[in-house]
Amino acid sequence: MKWCGLLIGLLLLCPGASAAADPLDMSEIAPGVYFYEGAQEDMSAENLGAIANIGFIVGEDSIAVIDSGGSARQGEKLLAAIRAVSDLPIRYVINSHMHPDHVFGNHAFLGEAPQIVGHAKLPRALTARGEFYLQRLEETLGEVAADTQVVPPNVIVEGTLEIDLGSRPLVITAYTVAHTDNDLTVLDVTSGTLWLGDLLFVERTPVIDGSLNGWLAVMDQLAAVEASQVVPGHGPLQSDWPGALTPQRVYLEALRDQVRRIIAEGGTMAQALEEVDGGESGPWLLFEDNHLRNVTAAFKELEWE
Amino acid sequence: MTRATRRSFLLSSGSLLALGALFGAPALAANQDEALWNDLRETLFEDRAILPGDGVIDLDAPYRAHDAAVVPISMVALMPQTSERYIKAMTLIIDKNPAPVAAVFELTPQSGLATISTRVRVDSYTHMRVIAETNDGQLYMTTKFVKAAGGCSAPALKNEEEAIARLGKMKLRQSQPARLGEPNEVQLLISHPNYSGLQRDMLTNYYIPAHFVREVVVSYGGQPVLKMEGAISISEDPSLRFTFVPEGPGELTVEAWDTDDTQFTQGWPIDPKAGS
Repeated sequence: MKWCGLLIGLLLLCPGASAAADPLDMSEIAPGVYFYEGAQEDMSAENLGAIANIGFIVGEDSIAVIDSGGSARQGEKLLAAIRAVSDLPIRYVINSHMHPDHVFGNHAFLGEAPQIVGHAKLPRALTARGEFYLQRLEETLGEVAADTQVVPPNVIVEGTLEIDLGSRPLVITAYTVAHTDNDLTVLDVTSGTLWLGDLLFVERTPVIDGSLNGWLAVMDQLAAVEASQVVPGHGPLQSDWPGALTPQRVYLEALRDQVRRIIAEGGTMAQALEEVDGGESGPWLLFEDNHLRNVTAAFKELEWE
Repeated sequence: MTRATRRSFLLSSGSLLALGALFGAPALAANQDEALWNDLRETLFEDRAILPGDGVIDLDAPYRAHDAAVVPISMVALMPQTSERYIKAMTLIIDKNPAPVAAVFELTPQSGLATISTRVRVDSYTHMRVIAETNDGQLYMTTKFVKAAGGCSAPALKNEEEAIARLGKMKLRQSQPARLGEPNEVQLLISHPNYSGLQRDMLTNYYIPAHFVREVVVSYGGQPVLKMEGAISISEDPSLRFTFVPEGPGELTVEAWDTDDTQFTQGWPIDPKAGS
């Protein structure tokens, strides 16, 4: 036991402690494109907060991470997975949006001194929400949340930004308010892989934390982007594009139409919470809580139309 | 402990909460809940008797709320407003919120029915209660327990640009054409962030100062219908659903003030028709 404690002490002192983490189990979905499919669960100590889809892309002279995971612990496992396939520098950590399951692994990459890339509105969103998110993470994950910090971006994107990993251009696009007010997509031009962040939920209930109408409008823009495969923020890799947008569109449109009808008939939010069921779009995973929060958000938005 | 809590309860029930966190046992928690209410009750109503709300006032609140920052609740009057007997005031209390008094409403016989719906923030599992005072000065109370947490500090504004652009705008919704001489239900929406003082500023990283709609006065044809004194527990974009009785054509007027003393005023012409 004594030695064990000493070993842990040494690991804590050592900046390369993350090398001791077990690598995440990645799939190579195109040459040089690695994908980890998050659990379709709520965040917990058992899953280390690893509920979002995350990954990385390896170019000829550097690497970009696309979302760093839900805790420093998961970020360390992602770093270990990267080091299992390449020693190239990790020049970019791209955050698709503000949510904890996508950005709370950032801390694990600080030793690599990457450029942390986010939407122009991400710094503001993290300032407003980061501490609240961190508190929630500590309540939910306990000790597993250790070392997790709010790490804001140091490169921001308005419109589009092109970066190059060495004969491997990535096109990063910032959107108007949709799932959140700070959503980005990343297109790997070489393989035609489009990383959508949480602009697309597959199988798991979509969550509105921005604007319902805004999201539907952004989905129209997304549908016009050419891609051979897309990585949703949650759920399996999709090769039917833009067909993969359909279930989410059916749900959001049903939600919009049902809530609008109740508002038009003079109904209340409490009534909407009872009656709105999202139509024929399901079944969705983790539905009840997320759906009811969506009804509240939709009602608050649409009663101002 | 008791004295400190009493002195500061309008600003903070933190000291009691901290004690509650140290002693987790359910029986103790129940005692803490009761002690908290006894303190509130003594400060707000001194030694006045409070009767059960049966036949006077009910409270609709979800046992479990899914969005703690926007919990829809209704105070439901179980008696009509007549000039002989009416509810003249209702106090909505959320025991464990940082400022437990969420709102105080004043009503008149012209309110028609003292049923009011709004949306509130709930900071932790708590009793929520409405205390109605009839015109003879008697108090009646109905209590519900609500499971929700984090509503007061939950981040503000999903779509900030849009919210700021419409700050102070009001909207009146009527579900049916106005009817003469009967209680007509309307919903008033006031676009306002209603900052609780417990949310982070997006730019400065300090807490956003509390900034909320502190008073709303509704009248019809110059006669008072409803007055609300609000506080930080009212959700952003305050929504009030209430009734009024138009005895002829007139204007429903709303005057509101926020804590910066900015005034918002709007009126809506009403042309009520006799019922069939």
